[in-house]
Amino acid sequence: MNALVVLVPIALLLGLLGLALFLWTLRSRQYEDLDGAAARILFDDLPRKDSKP
Amino acid sequence: MSSEPAIRERFQPAPIGLSRAHCAHCGTPLAPGQGAFCCAGCNGAHALVRGLGLDAFYRRQDTAAGTLRPPEAPPAFDAATLAVAQADGTQRLELMVSGLTCGACVWLVEQALAAEPDVLRARASLSARRLTVVWRGPAERARDLVALVARLGFRVAPWSPACLRATEDAEGQALLRALGIAAFGSMNVMLVSIAVWVGGDMGEQTRALMHWLAALIGLPTVLVAGMPFYRSAWDSLRARRGNMDLAVSLGVIATTLMSLSEAFRNGPYTWFDGATALLALLLAGRVLDRGMRRRARQAVAELLALQDGTVALLCADGTTRSVPAESIHAGDWLLVASGDRLRLDGVAVEEVVLDLGATTGESVPRRLPAGEILAAGSVNMGAGFRMRVTAALKDGSLAALGRLLERAEQGRGRFVSIADRAARFYVPIIHTVAFATFLGWWLGVGVSWQAALVPAVAALIVTCPCGLAIAVPAVQVAAVGALFRRGVLVASPTALERLASADHAVLDKTGTLSEGHPDLLPDATLDPAMLRLAASLARSSRHPLAQAVVRACPEAPALDQVVEVPGSGLRRGDVRLGSAAFCGVVEAPDSGMSLWLSLPGQPPIAFRFQDQLREDSGRVVAAIQALGLRTELLSGDAPATVEDAAEVTGIGPWQARATPADKAARIEALRGAGARPLMVGDGINDAAALAMAHVSVSPANGTDIAQAASDLVLRGEGLGALPYAIRVARRAQRLARQNIAFSLIYNVVAVPAAVLGFVTPLIAALVMASSSIIVICNALRAGKEPV
Repeated sequence: MNALVVLVPIALLLGLLGLALFLWTLRSRQYEDLDGAAARILFDDLPRKDSKP
Repeated sequence: MSSEPAIRERFQPAPIGLSRAHCAHCGTPLAPGQGAFCCAGCNGAHALVRGLGLDAFYRRQDTAAGTLRPPEAPPAFDAATLAVAQADGTQRLELMVSGLTCGACVWLVEQALAAEPDVLRARASLSARRLTVVWRGPAERARDLVALVARLGFRVAPWSPACLRATEDAEGQALLRALGIAAFGSMNVMLVSIAVWVGGDMGEQTRALMHWLAALIGLPTVLVAGMPFYRSAWDSLRARRGNMDLAVSLGVIATTLMSLSEAFRNGPYTWFDGATALLALLLAGRVLDRGMRRRARQAVAELLALQDGTVALLCADGTTRSVPAESIHAGDWLLVASGDRLRLDGVAVEEVVLDLGATTGESVPRRLPAGEILAAGSVNMGAGFRMRVTAALKDGSLAALGRLLERAEQGRGRFVSIADRAARFYVPIIHTVAFATFLGWWLGVGVSWQAALVPAVAALIVTCPCGLAIAVPAVQVAAVGALFRRGVLVASPTALERLASADHAVLDKTGTLSEGHPDLLPDATLDPAMLRLAASLARSSRHPLAQAVVRACPEAPALDQVVEVPGSGLRRGDVRLGSAAFCGVVEAPDSGMSLWLSLPGQPPIAFRFQDQLREDSGRVVAAIQALGLRTELLSGDAPATVEDAAEVTGIGPWQARATPADKAARIEALRGAGARPLMVGDGINDAAALAMAHVSVSPANGTDIAQAASDLVLRGEGLGALPYAIRVARRAQRLARQNIAFSLIYNVVAVPAAVLGFVTPLIAALVMASSSIIVICNALRAGKEPV
């Protein structure tokens, strides 16, 4: 019973953390262009400008 | 990916004169005599890419040959007016970019724009073909940025509200969020539930704790994640029609309430896991279904956005300005250049030659005297002319047609999909069974009402609409995805079902069975050298006949010093290519479909043109007939041409000189006689018939109004994919029926067990998961047909 008092909140907290992360990715529009994201990881070029104005 | 040799070939352009070389920019096969590039535009684009140091693009590029050929005319819209000033002083522009088909294209566009000193951010979306550019500076810079993208070989159009509607961002996001919450909830409830299932020796208090933990997670999940279903169920209740969402909502809510009552009296099990898992599974199906259809709708929106909607307005000082067609009022004067499509109705003060293919279906251009009303949608085949607009866009013939289409589509909205038909018959039965179970245990056996609730709800959840609710969407996802890969865009949710049941195909001729544009008639007496010379001259003109000559001899090099005499022809020194009068021919047969080439000291040579049938049209018609559809040809063209086309393709009955009203009436008559007509057409004159037909298809080169009225759009060249689409639709329909039958059989076994009280949450979960998996596996077969 003592173990439950510790483990259940930990399990729930981890789950909630995952959910919060998912909602964050959704809000920052990371699922809008799934095809583009798949291609994008292959490009490692930095923007060709040294400094942004 | 392109093969290794093809890449090398592209990088080291073959020496002049070798065949099988490819354009170093767009990859089009080159004809002998061309250098490294197929056109000046590609040469410029290649120099631009190299100049920016972005030649890595050519190693990564994965586009179809020819898609990256820069358009000859610059974009017709004024990008500066589309830029939106942001609060922080930057400018933002949203564009639709066509040709953006691979990751390398995204990279090229973004890098090329980012290399501009004042651009802060450039982001292209590969799925939506949408480009967002943010820069600091004046709005006029938008023109340069758009021109840069166009010079790279991409076609650009304003990101219009039509594209926005196609993405329906907000609704899709809400669905995805609901899925995330349901998945989280179901997994965590399951964590608690499994402890209860296996913990037979668990103390009373521990079990109560577990029940309330499950309730703590399950209640908010059911409340939030179920919203899409509750909303749709509420709508259907108000319309007094049962649908699948009503069954899902009732099942989920009843299970939750029963679980709550079990938690209060500390019963052996709660059923929160069942309720949340059901939601998660159904939402997953819905998200996939929506994603697939969204891709197709976006592709249709892309086709529509590329149809340029601007016109050349004549100002008081004699200059012209390119403005959107919506901003024109009746009484304005427009300049219609040779080869332009009329966007508005109007009258001209001179005689004009128009191709009425899209408005009436006639394949031969017609001469219209001064003062005659010119219908929007026709193409100017003669010289440029000035036209007085007689009606603004919203009062014109196109808008009237649009209103007609809306009415026709409302009529078609009554079609009930097979899933809803199954739900209508099934929902009342399971609810009656569940209610009878409750009464039986409570009043008949005499247990407490809380205990009686358990088998009643167990019956609800094992008959769970799960397999049934996922049965049809799963098939749809597989079939629509397979069709998308073959270039068939499915725009309407019930299109496949209607296509599968079509038994009568009505085809249009001009633009559907035929190419829709003039082609040079083969002539054995024609000297190839003369054709080559004519094509070289014709390269300087946008006129449809000139372009037909170029298509007949694509390897002819372009010549300089060619002068275009508007409305007459082309001249280079003493060599002339153009109308009969222009070349000094007197007794010319007046069809409007011939060109003459005259050289000093030689008799003039005639080139004759005709709107030719597509190569594969005979095969397609035969394939449709083999699928058991009766075929019929309905055209606005002259009887002789239509009869000829009907004979060549083997279509049964045909009707010529059909007006738009005739076409619609014929469809109506077919429907009245109990047939389910499939209408295939491309023109403005087909739109009403398309909207009224049981199911409608339009080819890629169709007019925007026809595509908007169609259920399916074929993206490839011609109708080749149509028989395939019918086969896939029929197969999908068969699989959907199998799935529904399977779910019903499952229930016949599971319901008695639930009613008698043998079903525990564990068994219910197994039943739910296994039936869903079987249904999904069966659905996956929809996309797998040997071609």
